[in-house]
Amino acid sequence: MKSFYENWLGGRDGAVGMLVLAVVIMVAFPLMFDIFRLNLIGKYLTYAFAAVGLVMVWGYGGVLSLGQGVFFGLGGYCIAMFLKLEASDLVSTQHQTTPGIPDFMDWNQLTALPAFWQPFHSLTFAIIAALVLPALFAWVIGVAMFKRRVSGVYFSIITQAVAAILTILVVGQQGYTGGINGITDLKTLHGWNINTTSAKYVLYYVNAVLLLLAIMVCRFVLTSKLGRLLLALRDKEDRVRFSGYDVASFKIFIFCLGAVISAIGGAMFTLQVGFMSPSFVGIVPSIEMVIFAAIGGRTSLIGAVYGTLLVNAGKTAFSESFPQLWLLLMGGLFIGVVMLFPNGVAGLYDGWFKPLVARWKSRRPVMVRVADPLAKSE
Amino acid sequence: MGGYSLSDLWSIVVMQGFSGLSLFSVLLLMALGLAIIFGQMGVINMAHGEFMTIGAYMIYFCSRIVAKYMPGFMPYYFVFAIVVAFVVAFAVGYFVEFLLIRHLYKRPLDTLLATWGLSLIMQQVFRSLFGAREVSPQLPDWLMGAWKATDTIDIPLNGLFVMALSILVTSGVFLFLYRSSWGLKVRATTQNRVMAGAVGINTRLVDRLTFALGCGIAGVAGAAFTTIGSTGPTSGSLYIVDTFLVVAFGGAGSLLGTIFSAFSIAQVQSLLTFFLTNAMGKVTTLLAVIVILMLRPEGLRPNKVRK
Amino acid sequence: MKQKQFAIESKTSRRMLTALSAAMLLALAGSASAGGPPTAKVDATGLAVTDTDVTVGILHSSTGTMAISETGAQEAEKLAISQINAMGGVLGRKIKIVQEDGASDWPTFAEKAKKLLEENHVAAIFGCWTSASRKAVLPVLERDNGLLYYPTFYEGLEQSKNVVYTGQEATQQVFAGLDWVAKTKHAKTFYLIGSDYIWPRTTMKLAREYITRVLHGTVVGEEYAALGSTDFGSTINKIRLKHPDVIYAAVVGGSNVSWFKQLKAAGITGKSQTLLTLSVTEDEAKGIGGENLVGFYSAMKYFESLNTPENQKFVKDFHAMWGPTAPIGDVTQAAYEGPWLWKMAVEKAGSFDTDKVVKAEESGTISFDAPEGMIYLEPNHHLKTRLRIGEWRPDGQADIVYTSPYIMPNPFPKGY
Repeated sequence: MKSFYENWLGGRDGAVGMLVLAVVIMVAFPLMFDIFRLNLIGKYLTYAFAAVGLVMVWGYGGVLSLGQGVFFGLGGYCIAMFLKLEASDLVSTQHQTTPGIPDFMDWNQLTALPAFWQPFHSLTFAIIAALVLPALFAWVIGVAMFKRRVSGVYFSIITQAVAAILTILVVGQQGYTGGINGITDLKTLHGWNINTTSAKYVLYYVNAVLLLLAIMVCRFVLTSKLGRLLLALRDKEDRVRFSGYDVASFKIFIFCLGAVISAIGGAMFTLQVGFMSPSFVGIVPSIEMVIFAAIGGRTSLIGAVYGTLLVNAGKTAFSESFPQLWLLLMGGLFIGVVMLFPNGVAGLYDGWFKPLVARWKSRRPVMVRVADPLAKSE
Repeated sequence: MGGYSLSDLWSIVVMQGFSGLSLFSVLLLMALGLAIIFGQMGVINMAHGEFMTIGAYMIYFCSRIVAKYMPGFMPYYFVFAIVVAFVVAFAVGYFVEFLLIRHLYKRPLDTLLATWGLSLIMQQVFRSLFGAREVSPQLPDWLMGAWKATDTIDIPLNGLFVMALSILVTSGVFLFLYRSSWGLKVRATTQNRVMAGAVGINTRLVDRLTFALGCGIAGVAGAAFTTIGSTGPTSGSLYIVDTFLVVAFGGAGSLLGTIFSAFSIAQVQSLLTFFLTNAMGKVTTLLAVIVILMLRPEGLRPNKVRK
Repeated sequence: MKQKQFAIESKTSRRMLTALSAAMLLALAGSASAGGPPTAKVDATGLAVTDTDVTVGILHSSTGTMAISETGAQEAEKLAISQINAMGGVLGRKIKIVQEDGASDWPTFAEKAKKLLEENHVAAIFGCWTSASRKAVLPVLERDNGLLYYPTFYEGLEQSKNVVYTGQEATQQVFAGLDWVAKTKHAKTFYLIGSDYIWPRTTMKLAREYITRVLHGTVVGEEYAALGSTDFGSTINKIRLKHPDVIYAAVVGGSNVSWFKQLKAAGITGKSQTLLTLSVTEDEAKGIGGENLVGFYSAMKYFESLNTPENQKFVKDFHAMWGPTAPIGDVTQAAYEGPWLWKMAVEKAGSFDTDKVVKAEESGTISFDAPEGMIYLEPNHHLKTRLRIGEWRPDGQADIVYTSPYIMPNPFPKGY
């Protein structure tokens, strides 16, 4: 029990943080908002998976991936393919030239289901694929990059290029992928209608629980020996290497972990929103995911969730109230956070709120610790 | 290739060769500014595309002014407008460096985020100033059209122009970096910032001018591309993927690498789009680039300087 | 009560006579009270309808890459709504607008549509431009039983009870245009080129079938360019090698500008080459530059230069509201038809409730004297319209060289 508390929740601070987060997303939000807004929050929370993954990859692994949308998309597409096959039964597709295949294939003159779609008739396979494919893809990229010690900005550009290419591929091969429209009009999961209000509540809670679990797994990794090595690695990579550790393997592992977590988010996105489209795979969403993590605080797993909620709530609110101006406000927000609060929400909490509480508790002044920028300088 | 006459085929070979070279100069021109900034300072400017858009809008702006106040000057304004584009983009780059970038040199990854925010703001500013619709600057006749080399060979004039411009800019950059005292200072700062500062180089000013120069070149590229592409608030985003790929493929910190990379990508893409369809040619090229990057992740000509 | 009530007074007199004309109209419509029928009667499903007003949504991209195209549609919808309000509104209720930004992002479109329907309870949505955004919004509409008026010419293959398609579906835009070019230009060989996504691909599929089967012509090349592609050098060389009688083009977005500028630079102009495009309206012409389009043809149902009193009035009103240089393209005009068709359907149904409005829409009796001429809403939710061929002039306007007879919409063509 003790080790669970220390390793999975991250000690007293971590446990309190987890508890607060759990109460906020599992009790407060459902009480405060109607199902429409709650579903919206559920959507944001799926992005939070990607942000949490980025905290591991960027905040602790020290490499900034600008292609996290690729993994989010892969996870989402795997589930979407299963749902689409279920939605394309013979009855609902009877007016097509070839009944029984997804509608977009029919529009693109495909007359049979492509071989790589076949296994997605099975939910088990789809779920396994949603987790394994992104990990595999991340592993290939990771091996190529980290074994050759590619890092820093250069790694970022390459991951970004991967995202761009995958988008073009998905859009171009529309007979197999649904093209720019994506895979739309998903209805049921094993006969269970995912669009009803009750289903939305269920999916919201499943999503919330999975998110908390993901954070706990990350905590566990960080409090293990591996986590301490990661910290050492981020701060002085060469010394770790000279101590005989295989630095590349650690980075590959953390990159794959981040990919899998993002993919879970993508899968939950598909279930909650009811479609998947290439607009999640490309450069823009990938960068937005980084911004969620940055605004939450790049080394805070829980901060990443708040950061995601904050940015998306801001985006929705700004664009509802100032449709012509919201880009200015968003752009300003990113610049402001990077310049003034490099450790994001979590930095504010650690730097201002905690000392305040401490001072209030001990009733004597405490030096305010100003958060220092954590990024490695080369 | 039955059914085509020999002279037909010959003209196609010539024009196809020209297409490849013309694409090469386009890629080079758009990547050059980014490569300078990235190579010399390790900073990635995500707003590169928007600086190109500044250049494009400057052409539009100048064409409107000239058409209104001195229509007789119309055939010649383009050359001056390019200078204006350079100056404006340079000036904006200078201020952006002063306000934003200089605070972030120790955090190159944060620069990515900050310049991304900047690009959002710039897009919205374009939209407010020039409207959400695309605009079309009126270009001088001598730029838009074809030079009939023979009966069957048409060489695009705008292609020739972009080619000449990119040769001019590239050699200018080379002269600047390797033959001027400023270039010496820039290179010294890149290699060892502390030592450069110790021998009396104002490294802060060097940074600022390098950044501004990169932005200025982006402005020139954007201006030149009004002859081949669109001018709108988000036009810059059309070029950004190609730009990043050329720079990544070329390898950090090497202008020669950027040139090699632009050349090889352009030739491959131009040939593939001729023999495959346009979209397939593009995708195949990108895939080839990625595979090569997997095998040689530091690009064609990696920076050999010890870290 | 079909067309007379749409004869809108000039702007100044309209202001003065607003109240009077509203009262007159209501009298015409046979409504007894000045406030229109009671709210409980016209709204049984909890829509945002009060005794004095009704709320509708406008959902287009104000930001992002699609803002370039969607601006005109937004402006036209606002114009139509302000004109309807000036005439007394719908069922005696003024139309209020909630505008949302789809931000050129399909999931955002779905989110905003949901917000409009579930939070604002709008009676109808005017919006979307790309097929992808419509596909994203469609499940939301069907689930919440909302109404969408969709203005863009598109690929067809869709017919939803919740959508009225005021633009042309592919068969309406393709066949008559090909007939015209085959007949007047004696064209036998065609080169097809489009952007690589669903609309051009579906359209080109129809075109290829029609060319080979009906026109007995040959397709000498079919080509798709990646979205956002800016380099057409090699493609143009390929076209040159084939010497097609007609280039048949559906390139979109920023690529469209590159495509035409590079054509001109390669010496391929309207003088020497017949080119018929499906993707250039006055909006695009502004970005491409009229001088780069001279002599090429567009197949559209509407051109700004259309010389009828209804259109001249529309153009005048549009320019009065949005500035004298704002171009009016096919989609802009189709977007203008949306609010009017909705008003007519609602008034025919005597209710804002979706099911009743849909029933009125499907009755096959709704027609409207639009700027493009009379249009008829068919039971399959598409419009019966005519196709026009425009030849581009240097000033970015087109001369209409051909007008087809009325064409029935056929979103699910058999045998193609």
